[in-house]
Amino acid sequence: MQKLKEIELPITKEEIVRLRAGDEVLLSGIVFTARDQAHKRLCECIEANKPLPININNSVIYYCGPTPHKKGKPIGSCGPTTAKRMDEFTPVLLSRGLSAMIGKGSRSKEVISAIKKYKSVYFIAPAGAGAYLAKKVKEAKIAAYPKLGPEAIYRLKVKDFPAIVGIDSKGRNIYEN
Amino acid sequence: MRRIKAKEIENKVCEAALKANFELRKDVLRSLGIARNKETVPIAGKMLDILIENAKIAKKEKLAICQDTGMVVVFCRIGSKAQIIGDINEAINNGIKTAYKRGFLRKSVVRDPLKRTNANTNTPCVIHYDIISGNKIKIAVMPKGFGSENSGAVKLFNPTATEAQIKEFIISKVKEAGSSACPPVVLGIGIGGTLDKAASLAKEALLRQIGSRNPKKHIALLEKEILYALNKTGIGPMGLGGKTTCLAVNILEYPTHIAGLPVCVNISCHALRSAEVII
Ligand code: SF4
Repeated sequence: MQKLKEIELPITKEEIVRLRAGDEVLLSGIVFTARDQAHKRLCECIEANKPLPININNSVIYYCGPTPHKKGKPIGSCGPTTAKRMDEFTPVLLSRGLSAMIGKGSRSKEVISAIKKYKSVYFIAPAGAGAYLAKKVKEAKIAAYPKLGPEAIYRLKVKDFPAIVGIDSKGRNIYEN
Repeated sequence: MRRIKAKEIENKVCEAALKANFELRKDVLRSLGIARNKETVPIAGKMLDILIENAKIAKKEKLAICQDTGMVVVFCRIGSKAQIIGDINEAINNGIKTAYKRGFLRKSVVRDPLKRTNANTNTPCVIHYDIISGNKIKIAVMPKGFGSENSGAVKLFNPTATEAQIKEFIISKVKEAGSSACPPVVLGIGIGGTLDKAASLAKEALLRQIGSRNPKKHIALLEKEILYALNKTGIGPMGLGGKTTCLAVNILEYPTHIAGLPVCVNISCHALRSAEVII
């Protein structure tokens, strides 16, 4: 059994290159949620050369559309959604300095080569365990696209958020081990 | 005739929808525990532990088991001696609406499949009606997540197809789905009838208790064989490897036409959620 690596976000390039597919990590710091519609909008901004509503550089994106939060709780149930639906948008975001992603499931060849090219990393979070992961989120604020409801971009402060390295900066893929 | 007010149906549907989203079915939880004890791959064991812990937290804090609180499928069986006062369609949909609002559940239903504006109510739901004997109404509410829903398939086999071909088709669908369907999965399979009948049987099969078997011996055997084969694939919880890929295979069958053999597999993730009420 490997020992858990604790990682403070933003993650540095040195830390990224040390990670191997299959490593278990605990993430603490800031992540931004974004799923289908937010990705589409971010990439439209980039294409039109408009400023992005969030700073992508050195950031982590979490593919997640949480349930609404109750009074007094930062967030509702908040597990990962299927990453491959974001594949067509990911290489562009990586080229803009996105350092890591968190989601579930495998990625396309194009994404894997972009991960290698930009020395980034793709983490997998336990899927269908949204109530468990809600406990790891300490703060949540809407950062962009509030009209999208669950698909808005939220800025989350997480503490000891459990994840596994799915694809590392050398392009090694846990699903092919 | 027994008179039942639509409002009562609405309230019960609301209760059932909340329960389904917060409390993992006992049979599902039990089977996760059994799988946990048998699992030998460390990462798989850890994932199963997280799922069991997740179910506990969800129930205690009344938090959705999974953030994809689904599109809701309702099976409504109305006793022929029950008379409904009011509009039952409206009652069921209102019950779901209230539950999703009150329970802080995610609204995932879009009004139009192509224009895709969120309805913000998580309705309409998909309702299957049936008439049964007696004077009661039995309603099962099943919020269905789409990671796994998208992984299902229908195949219209030739009537001469072998059981081996059917098995291969079903196993290939689970393999293709991989981690997207959030394994360990539960399979609902409909065999026979028409295209639509096979599909609704597949969905209904997911309501059957885990651990139960189809009363027909040859079908029960098929269930067992598919389950065994799937747990040999090594896909494992979350697709990260392990012995636990499938918790149960439930098949419902129906007579069919001499020229056909429809087979539908409806995949459910480990977050197989449903709750039943009897009015
Ligand atoms: S497939 Fe099931 S467990 Fe996975 S995200 Fe969807 S609803 Fe949740």
